[in-house]
Amino acid sequence: MLRLEQRQQSSKTMLYLTPVLAVVSTMVVGGALFLAMGINPFDAIYLLFIDPFIDSYNLSQLFVKASPLILIAMGLSIGFKAGVWNIGAEGQFVIGALSGGAVGLALWGSTGWWILPLMAVAAAIGGALWALIPAVLKIRFNANEILVSLMLVYVAENLLAQMVQGVLRNPEGMGFPESRNLARNDPTSLPDFFDPLGIDAGGVVMLLLLAGAFFLLQKHALGFQIKLTGESPRAARFAGVKPGIIIAVTLGISGAAAGLAGLFELTGAAGKLTIDFPVGYGFTAIIVAFLGRLNPIGILLAGVVLAGTYIGGENAQFLLKLPAAAVTVFQGMMLFFLLGFEILINYRVIRVRRAA
Amino acid sequence: MKFSITLAAAAVMGLALAGSAQAESHEGPVKVGFIYVGTVGDNGWTYQHDQARLEVEAEFGDRVETSYVEAVPEGADAERVMSQMARSGVDIIFTTSFGYMDPTLNVAAEFPDVVFEHATGYKRADNVTTYSARFYEGRYVIGEIAGAMTESNKIGYIASFPIPEVVRGINAAYLGAKSINPDVEFKVVWVYTWLDPGKEADAANALIEQGVDVIMQHTDTPSAMTIAEDKGIFAFGQASDMAAFGPNAQLTSILDDWGPYYIERVQAVMDGTWESVDTWDGIAEGMVAFAPLSDKLPADVAARAEATIAAIAAGEVFPFTGPINKQDGSVWLADGEVADDGTLAGMNFYVEGLDGSLPN
Repeated sequence: MLRLEQRQQSSKTMLYLTPVLAVVSTMVVGGALFLAMGINPFDAIYLLFIDPFIDSYNLSQLFVKASPLILIAMGLSIGFKAGVWNIGAEGQFVIGALSGGAVGLALWGSTGWWILPLMAVAAAIGGALWALIPAVLKIRFNANEILVSLMLVYVAENLLAQMVQGVLRNPEGMGFPESRNLARNDPTSLPDFFDPLGIDAGGVVMLLLLAGAFFLLQKHALGFQIKLTGESPRAARFAGVKPGIIIAVTLGISGAAAGLAGLFELTGAAGKLTIDFPVGYGFTAIIVAFLGRLNPIGILLAGVVLAGTYIGGENAQFLLKLPAAAVTVFQGMMLFFLLGFEILINYRVIRVRRAA
Repeated sequence: MKFSITLAAAAVMGLALAGSAQAESHEGPVKVGFIYVGTVGDNGWTYQHDQARLEVEAEFGDRVETSYVEAVPEGADAERVMSQMARSGVDIIFTTSFGYMDPTLNVAAEFPDVVFEHATGYKRADNVTTYSARFYEGRYVIGEIAGAMTESNKIGYIASFPIPEVVRGINAAYLGAKSINPDVEFKVVWVYTWLDPGKEADAANALIEQGVDVIMQHTDTPSAMTIAEDKGIFAFGQASDMAAFGPNAQLTSILDDWGPYYIERVQAVMDGTWESVDTWDGIAEGMVAFAPLSDKLPADVAARAEATIAAIAAGEVFPFTGPINKQDGSVWLADGEVADDGTLAGMNFYVEGLDGSLPN
């Protein structure tokens, strides 16, 4: 029989190496899977991991896909550090896009540089308030924030459906359930910043906030309290940290970040609110946060790698006839290996002989 | 020296000629791309498009190369996938969902040498064609069958989005049902999705609780069919033959048969005769077809259905023929008047007799 025993000291080097090991193992096992499916594994891995980062068109799409993932993951990582598990970023993403989008649609026809920033503020507040619902329920009634935040995703999606059928529907859209196109309207359209990598104004804000998160966690007293709460809640309590405040602050930050990501997606890549607006960034960002070891720089890298596999995965579908599900399996495998290696670094597998 | 210059000039001219010949009719296999909103295993909408892709392969063999990307969300991702396909040297791309409309036009503008075929949309360009099927003809027929088969006089309808395509289907089915059974009542549930097996099943159960004994759907998966089978009521399949999911429940299915159209359009690319058109074909052209009628249908009901199908195909019966009033009682079509395609394309009202109001 096998048993896990915690190691006295886990290797720091190995800890930083786990994401690399996870990616390499995914390539090997994934490659074997592709081989079994009759697909050349080298071609598939080239398309999934290399081509997205060298082909100029693919590069120009990289941050279109990576920015929302990184921004949401950044917010989530702060909560995860404190042991606050916000699983509902997808819902906060939707509410952010709805609140910011509603402001933009209400101001339809007006012009001014202030419109987009105002929409961004509305989106951040909307996302934060949505995330504060599980925070309040946890603080007041000790309700599990994992369940509450997850359930609120479905509430948000139905609210979105209601809105695009109703007040936010395009009056010139022949009755189709979608809003006006905010990306085709100068005052509400997100400006591009660095096209070769697909970085738009939202990408710039994302990078600034990432730097802010780094500062918060490394240098600021609040960052210390967040980390302390996650590592040792009792010690944090003795040090005078109020757990309620940490819960509210971390959920609020992650909600605001997801809300902003929703707005950038709306005013940039997507253009309009439709029932199919949420495509899973809020859930994928959880993988990004862990793949990046809850560290801002790691998250940046992880977001880029995962975005690459999405873009490469689409190419692999029509160039190699790889089914969409195989790409999803591939991404799931990456998280599986990461978590698996992490256990092996922190624990030792020992053989226990059962007494007869 | 002079001789060799002449020779070189001839060679260059020859190359130029070869080049222009290539522009006219296609050399090498024609590359055909498909963008799907669902997975090829959805047993409904996307499945039928993929069956048609396979028919294209069977028809042309080595002269075509087909590829597809499935489960593509209708937004920024669709635009990227189309661009990547176009860049990879695909000659013709079928974008098979309404929500791909704007992405298709954007990408088509960037790749003028690639031609696009957008299903169920209404925006066209020099290199963008639109095509759809007159599914309402099929819905009129299943309406007639439902009207004859219901005992509770309550027919359930699982509707996706309140857009003209869906509203037209409800109206056609209702008119068909009412022509057979004046007491018939329609219960419509809006699920706001094209494919979500869970929601479709919930809708089916809710309808059955309201006393419905025949279910129709405008969604893509067979989940309502499996519920109907369990509860021992009747249902109609959508897009593909769903008899496997409801051998006792399925009365027939409206089949989307895109194969002949896809073959014709790919042939046009091969011949260099492709041009932008708007196609709206129905039972007559074979784009709308039916799964075998269930043996649960009494002979007279089956005969009536066959007769209606034949009459629609022959252009003798049009589902939207007056007198028809709108739900509010105002006159829509006078006696003998037939609805024009423009009105049908933008249909956003219920006909008289339907309960409830369109969500807005």
